[in-house]
Order: sequence, then C-alpha cells, then structure tokens
Amino acid sequence: MKMSSDWLDIGTLNDIPKRAARVVKTARGDIAIFRTMDDQVFALDDKCPHKGGPLSQGIVQGESVTCPLHNWVISLKTGEAQGADQGCTRTIAVKLQDGRILLSWPGLAVKAA
Amino acid sequence: MAERLLIVGNGMAPGRMLEHLLEKASGRYDITIFNAEPRVNYDRIMLSPVLSGEKSYEQIVIHGDGWYIKNGITLHKGTKVTGIDRAAKTITTDNGLTEAYDKLVIATGSVPFIIPVPGHNLPGVLSYRDLDDVDAMILASKARGNAVVIGGGLLGLEAAAGLAEQGMDVTVVHLMPTLMERQLDASAGYLLKKQIEQRGIKVLTGANTKAILGKDKVEGVELEDGTVLPASLVVMAVGIRPNGWLAKEAGLTVNRGIVVDDQMRTSDPDIFALGECVEHRGATYGLVAPLYEMAGVLAKTLVDEPAAYNGSVTATKLKVTGISLFSAGDFAEAKDREEIVLRDAARGVYKRLVLKDGKIIGTVLYGDVEDGAWFFQLLREGADIAEMRQTLIFGQGYAGGTPLDPMAAVAALPDEAEICGCNGVCKGKITGAITANGLTSLDEVRAVTKASASCGSCTGLVEKLIGLTLGDTYAPKASKAACGCTDLGHDDIRRLIIAKELKSIPAVMQELEWKTSCGCSKCRPALNYYLLATWPGEYVDDNQSRFINERVHANIQKDGTYSVVPRMWGGMTTAAELRAIADVADKFNIPTVKVTGGQRIDLLGVKKEDLPGVWADLNAAGMVSGHAYAKGLRTVKTCVGTEWCRFGTQDSTGLGIKLEKFTWGSWTPHKVKLGVSGCPRNCAEATIKDIGIVCIDSGYEFHIAGAAGMEVKATILLCKLETEEEVLEYTGALMQLYREQAHYLDRIHKWLHRVGLDSVKQQIVEDGVRRRALFARFVQAQKFAQVDPWAERVAGAFDYEFKPLADLRISQAAE
Repeated sequence: MKMSSDWLDIGTLNDIPKRAARVVKTARGDIAIFRTMDDQVFALDDKCPHKGGPLSQGIVQGESVTCPLHNWVISLKTGEAQGADQGCTRTIAVKLQDGRILLSWPGLAVKAA
Repeated sequence: MAERLLIVGNGMAPGRMLEHLLEKASGRYDITIFNAEPRVNYDRIMLSPVLSGEKSYEQIVIHGDGWYIKNGITLHKGTKVTGIDRAAKTITTDNGLTEAYDKLVIATGSVPFIIPVPGHNLPGVLSYRDLDDVDAMILASKARGNAVVIGGGLLGLEAAAGLAEQGMDVTVVHLMPTLMERQLDASAGYLLKKQIEQRGIKVLTGANTKAILGKDKVEGVELEDGTVLPASLVVMAVGIRPNGWLAKEAGLTVNRGIVVDDQMRTSDPDIFALGECVEHRGATYGLVAPLYEMAGVLAKTLVDEPAAYNGSVTATKLKVTGISLFSAGDFAEAKDREEIVLRDAARGVYKRLVLKDGKIIGTVLYGDVEDGAWFFQLLREGADIAEMRQTLIFGQGYAGGTPLDPMAAVAALPDEAEICGCNGVCKGKITGAITANGLTSLDEVRAVTKASASCGSCTGLVEKLIGLTLGDTYAPKASKAACGCTDLGHDDIRRLIIAKELKSIPAVMQELEWKTSCGCSKCRPALNYYLLATWPGEYVDDNQSRFINERVHANIQKDGTYSVVPRMWGGMTTAAELRAIADVADKFNIPTVKVTGGQRIDLLGVKKEDLPGVWADLNAAGMVSGHAYAKGLRTVKTCVGTEWCRFGTQDSTGLGIKLEKFTWGSWTPHKVKLGVSGCPRNCAEATIKDIGIVCIDSGYEFHIAGAAGMEVKATILLCKLETEEEVLEYTGALMQLYREQAHYLDRIHKWLHRVGLDSVKQQIVEDGVRRRALFARFVQAQKFAQVDPWAERVAGAFDYEFKPLADLRISQAAE
C-alpha cells in the first residue's frame, strides 16, 4: 500500500484536453502527462528513446503517441517504441482520483541520472 | 332530451376533447361553444410558421366552420363569457346572452404575463399568444426597423426568429444567464445562443428590462444597466399564467390555476376545466401534449367512463427552422443522479441523458434530435436501460444496429449525391446509365456519363458503384488505403465527405467505418484538412489533429525549442520591423537570427513558453505569423521589378504583395510557395515555385507545379495573362482546385501528375465559368482563414499549450 503522501496532486483531468499532453517540470527534466480520448491518464519522461524528442508535443492516437521529430510511435502504457523501432521511455505511475491527477512522488525520485 | 354542454373557450384542448366526445357519444350532448376570439379552432403551435411566413392562417385551421355545422355544434365567435351563475346553472355573455347548462367546461387558456415596467401599455408593445398578435407583428415588420423581444424562452425565440425572417433587426433580451433555462441546461443554452446569433439576431442574457420608452408609441427599451435599445416593436414573451378569473368570480377553487381533480372536475361537480387554465396536483401546463392527455380524460368523464389524469412529463421542441433541440423530464444535477454526455463541437451536437436508479429521468438534445422520441418513450415507460447503457447515447439505430459492410457507405448514398465534382454527375445518373446501357467497365461509364473523366478523383467511388450495380461480376481496382485505420483511399474519403455531408472527424470515422477509435497521426491531420477545405466557416478545426507546428504556430527544432518567422509581405520590410525583431531577439535571449530563402527572418531557439510573449511584441510592431510551419501559403518571393530594376517589365514587388495579401492564411494539402520575377532573368526563382509568375513586356506568364525539394521541378507554363487582376483570379482558382482535389501531403506538382495537365488546363484556362466559380470559392474560404493565429493566442486562445501543468522544481529543490 502506498501512503497518500506518495501521490502528488498535479492538477485536474480537465486541465489537459482529450488526445493531448501537458508537461510537469521537475528538477530532473520534464514529465509528459497524457490524456487519451477515453480519459485515461499516462505519465512518461518527455523524451523519445530515438533522439530525445519531446513526446508531449506529439499526436496522441489511442494509447500511443507519435513523436514530433521523426514519427516514432511510443506506447503510453509501456513506454516501448512500436513497430520496427527499438527503444523505451520510462513511465511514471499516475492515477486519477475524483477528477484529480495524482503522480507518484517516489516514481519521480528514482529516475536514473 | 340531450343534456346541454357549454364550453367556454375554443382552443386546442377543448377541440381535441370534442373529437373524443363525438366519437364516443355523438348524440348525448347538445353542445355550445363560446369563443372570445372571432375564429374557429386553429393550431396555435403553428403560429411561429405563420409569423415567419412559412404557413398561412388557412393552413393551420384544425376545425373549419363546416365541422361545427356537421356535428351540430353552436359556435359563438367573438363572444366572451362574463359570468357563471352556479345556482341557476347559467352563464352570461358580453353581448347579453344567458344560456343554461347541465355540464360546463371551462377552457379559458392562459394570459401572457406582462412585466409592469413603465411604458408596458404603449402601442407597439405586443404579446405572443394568438393570431391577432401575429397579424400585428407581421404588420409592424413591414416597416422593417428594430424589434426587441423580451424573454428568451420558447415563445420569445420563436417570435424573434419569425420577426428576423420578416426582415426586422431583432434583439432578444433575457433575464437569465442562458436561453430557455427551464428546458435546457447551460451547454445546450450556449449552443442555442450561438446559432440564434448566427441568424443575425442579437442576444442579451442577464439583462433586466427597466422601462419601455416612447411618447405615443414604442421607441425603445431601456435596460437596468442603462443600455437603450431602439425599437419600433416590442414583444413581451416572458411567460404565461393560467386564466382563472371567470372561475374565481364564480367562486370555484382557484390557486395558480383552476384546481381540478384527476377527472378534470372543479370544486363544482357539474363544472369541468382543462387546458392551460387548470392546476392539477399543483402543476400547470403550457405545452400541447399534456393538454391532449387531459382532453382524452375529460371526454371519458363526460360519458361516465372511468378515467384519470395522472399528470404529464413534458417534452419541448423549438419550432424554428434549422434549429434542432429537444428536452424532456428533469435534467438538474443532483447527488443521486448520473449522466451520459456526448458532445460533438464540430457539428454543434450536444446530447445529455440524466439517469437515476438505472432509468432515464431527463434528456437534453441539441443539434441532433432524431432520437428524442425514443429517449422520451424510455423515460415515460420508466424502462430499465442497464442492458444498453454503453451505447444508449448513440440512439436507437446504434443500440440495435449491426455494423455496416464495406460497400454500405456507398450503397447508402442517395441517388442525388454528387459523385463527380468536375462534371457534376450524381449517383443515380451513373447507376442508371450502367443499367440502361449495359455498361461493364470504367471506361464505358466515363464515356457515357463523363463521371471520373476529368480529374479522376472519384474513380474509386465510380468503381464501387459499378461493383454495386453489377454485383460480383465486377472487381473494382482497390485504391490505396489512406492509412491503416481505413480501407478507403484519399479520393474516396474526400468525395464521401462531400456526398454524405460529413462535417466532423468523429462523423467521418463513424460513417466511413474507421477501424481505430480515434485515428492515427497520418489520417487525423488529413481528415482535419479535408473537412476544413470542404466546409469553410462551418467546420471547427480540431487542434489535436494537427502536427505540433500547426498546433502552436511555430516550427519545432531538434532540441524541442521553436523557430518564429513573421510575415514580410513580398519580402519587403522596414527599419521599424527590423528594430522590433532585434528587440525581441534581445528580450527573449533568442540565440540565432537567420535570413530565410523565402525573403524573411527566422528567429531560432525560442522556448515554447516564450512564444506568446514573442508574438505579442511582433504583433505590436504590426507583424503577423508567416505560416512558415504550415501546410498552407508560405511566402511570395519577389524581385524589385520596374520600381528599381533597369530590366524590369512589370511591378513584380507590388504584384507579389497583392498575391500574398490575397492568399495568406489559406490551408492547403501541402506547403505552397509563390514567386514573382520582374523579367525572364527570373531573379525571384519563380520557375521552381508551386505557382510562379514571370513578368514580360506583354503581361505575365502563369507557371505552376515547380518545387525545390528532394526532387527539383521546373514549372510548367500554363498560360499567359495580361493584367494583375487576371493573375489574382487564376492564382485563386488554381489554389482552390488544388485544395479541392489533392491528397493531403501532395504538393502541386504531385497532384498535377496524378490528375493530368489537360484536366487542370481545361478547368482553369478553357472553362471561364468554372475558373470564376473556383475563384469565388477560394475568396469565400479566405473570409474564414485570414485570422492571425499569433494574435489569437496572444489574446489567450489555447493558453494551456504554453504553460506547464505543474512545476515541481522548487518543491524538489527544497527537499
């Protein structure tokens, strides 16, 4: 069981349009928070495994996002590149509670340097 | 001996009651009706179409004079009942009649509520209840001028729409914050307001009327906030109240309305009441459905059949042509309720169902009301909707429907749907020709009908039609699918968007059987463009279906920063513009400033959150977006022409500026670059542009389909023109043809290669009527396209794009 203090309230679901993403700035880089068409929420490092492109700026389709730089398609669930491309972006635990988006605080801290 | 039945009032409720009564026992009563209006029974619901001129009085009569004669009913027109003597069982009228009754029915309806503000009784202040009001309004509207309608409910809006239809300049003044707040929730009220305003009717909500101004007649309306609206006609439509004075005078129990029991009986056992004048279990009604239910109950009561009125759940529809809304039941929010909401902003559709204990208790539909009757039926039946809850909001067709087969979208098109836009050939003509002439191939169909014989964009559809008509014997060539989400090719998608009048991405995906829930990064931008190009001014751009550069109106760079390029018309700039650009570069620490190949200046390395600030400063210096990121008009490159150059033959710079001012802001399938060279030395490199103009002594060479990309393409000379006006017309027409026919991400040379030079030449050069029509459509589309996207965002649009959701850097540092 996670303590409630492990979860950080970063805003409401309505702060992010459907099929869009917004960024949470952290001391160790940006986290992209995605909202899908059916209101699922995902959090990934805002870096494509290919050349570091900002995934938050891509087009959200179903449960994946197309990187704006070179069109790699990254799974929002696993962070894995789809199709023939190889690579993985770190995902961070995130959940919805009463319309608020809660981001895992320990999840942020363990980021590799 | 027949009993004497007297009826006071001749509206729709007693009219319907009499129909039932005559059916049950035509000889039982000797019937007499007193009507204060000098008319027979007419359909008051249809007053709005009479006001708007869509119907005449004769068309809305329910019972003509003959009906009364045939049924032996005595009708006293224009006779008002002034008193009831319950002890003597008689009534008296304003023209001195006294009549005896065995049974009496009071159906005096309602009276409009008039706000007692100063001036409310001036000539020119009308209510909206009967044909006299409508006649007076039509008369007043003959003089055009301004009308103010007080009240933004059902009647008020119908009156406003009718008066606008009659040519008046109409303002609706409504006390509450949203229109029709009793029937609609705020979201639907907002859509309604938008649509009413699109008809040129002004709507003021949250506006309280202080006084009606004028000496001998109405001259205006003054609001609480001091606003004065000029008006030669004021319609008060703020509500109605039951007309119970006659009953009250007679000593019957009257609260808000005449109190009746479940058999429609008043406090006197021989006197009944129905319609808008009654109060039943504390409720009063102003809509026709409950009145008709009362009529059925009263008819039974009068022939001693058991019947009971249990109150009604009412549904509302607005009778304004082109506006579809429906509401029923209770749709207020509460803790024990759930709701299902479907919104389609692009189509202006809003649907909301309010559920309680697994049943529908209320619904509001706007824009698409087809399923209103079905939802209403489920509501009245108290049906358990748990089983179909998932698909309920999509309506009856979807809840019980089966998925379409691949040909169904084409099969379902009506015969008059246009298939070939170039030659104006509809579906029926093609299938008819195939059957009548025994055609079996695409070439034969082309030869006979001309469909698919010009640009070929509709080939896929024509082949599907041949397949549908001939059955399995014909195997159409499969067109290349646009992406993995669909089997349809780009041409098919474009033609079906027009033929099926699809106006949103969800509509396209739904109707054309998309295989994914929300498309992909290939099809969504394409669909967004196709819809934008097909329905200018109507389609609402889907921001999330645009590539990042078009979403934030700047070019993303490899490090996630952006570049910003302000427009420099025809490559011309000024010292003031350059100074402003330099100041912006300093203020926002922009690392790189570069001159582009399109004769303007690129600011590279701008942080995303700085974009609105950068734009604000550039806007302040008079500069707008250069659309350097757009699948749209980019630049018009020019040389200095006759203004300075010793070889110049025409004013190439001036023409370039005119072309850029004319074409900027347009969205196209891919980028479009223009060039204007002042002489054949071609310093502006016009012959590698999508559209290139080369000035010559006798006028202008009009070149198209150049490019300097991975493939270098020199332009093709389409024709020679004599005047600048012609150059503008041909440019607009060509851009429009490209906009209408090309696949998304095909530049002009690729499109030209696909449709053929002959087809383009025929439509742009040879067919003047078609060229001018294309030009006109381009001009029309530009009306909606020429808005500076930077200024919109500086003003706050899409502000979430430019701000982080949260900034944890400070709290983390403190740890």
